[in-house]
Amino acid sequence: MVFMSGIVTFFVLLIFWIFMSGLFDLWHFGLGMVSCALIAYMSNDLLFKDMKVASKGRETIRLIKYMPWLLYQIYLANIYVVKLALHPKMSHLIYPHIVKFRTKLKKDVSVFTFANSITLTPGTITVLVEDDCFYVHAIDIPVAESLPGDMEKRVGHIFGED
Amino acid sequence: MTLIILTMTAALLVAGLFFFFAATVGFLRFPDLYTRMHATGKGDTLALLLMVAGLALFNLYDNFCWMGMVQSVKLLFIAVFWFIANPTATHAVLRAAFESGVTPWTKDGTVIIDKTEGEGA
Repeated sequence: MVFMSGIVTFFVLLIFWIFMSGLFDLWHFGLGMVSCALIAYMSNDLLFKDMKVASKGRETIRLIKYMPWLLYQIYLANIYVVKLALHPKMSHLIYPHIVKFRTKLKKDVSVFTFANSITLTPGTITVLVEDDCFYVHAIDIPVAESLPGDMEKRVGHIFGED
Repeated sequence: MTLIILTMTAALLVAGLFFFFAATVGFLRFPDLYTRMHATGKGDTLALLLMVAGLALFNLYDNFCWMGMVQSVKLLFIAVFWFIANPTATHAVLRAAFESGVTPWTKDGTVIIDKTEGEGA
């Protein structure tokens, strides 16, 4: 499995290299091949840590499917912030609190994705993650009541925790 | 064709500017650090995506070759890394504030609504 993750790391890095350099002559492309191979050899356990490549592929596909929904949430979040920021009676609308709740997610990567997704969605920001407790700053009451919401299920589904 | 692409570029840039403007106004108007981070931490994400998409589109039109595409993809990479870095930075600032005891501005004085109570923590 170490060998497989090294190969996958190599190709991910190589694609990134091609977009960064854009040149295909022997010198530049060869340099890219060598440095990608070196990095893939030295740190193949970093990108795909103790994970079977098969489940990684499924997770990647699910993560890509999750992206449009997240983009839509980011769009809603920005509309929400713009509405609050430009509203003449803004101070009557907001009702900020910190909400503390427990999450069912176990893996580090899913907690990380969940925390970042909370920050990107309307009216909520992750303040602190302590063990399995999330401290989330919510800007008004309806937002605070909707936590943790169905996002936890979606993130759990991506990383096979449902 | 030229007109369509230029109009789309201008529309994307103006929309991005509008969101940056609103984020700044929110930053100035909101009452405390936590609510201000709502404005800056989020208003920027969509604004940056729109502006970078506009610039990538214009670059693709202006410089339509393999290198132009590479440049546009690089521009979009800025948005991708921003989407990872921005929530993390927002979280880092807020966490530092919370741990050093900055009290959030509230209307009723209850700072933390504890949803874990009654679960046998």
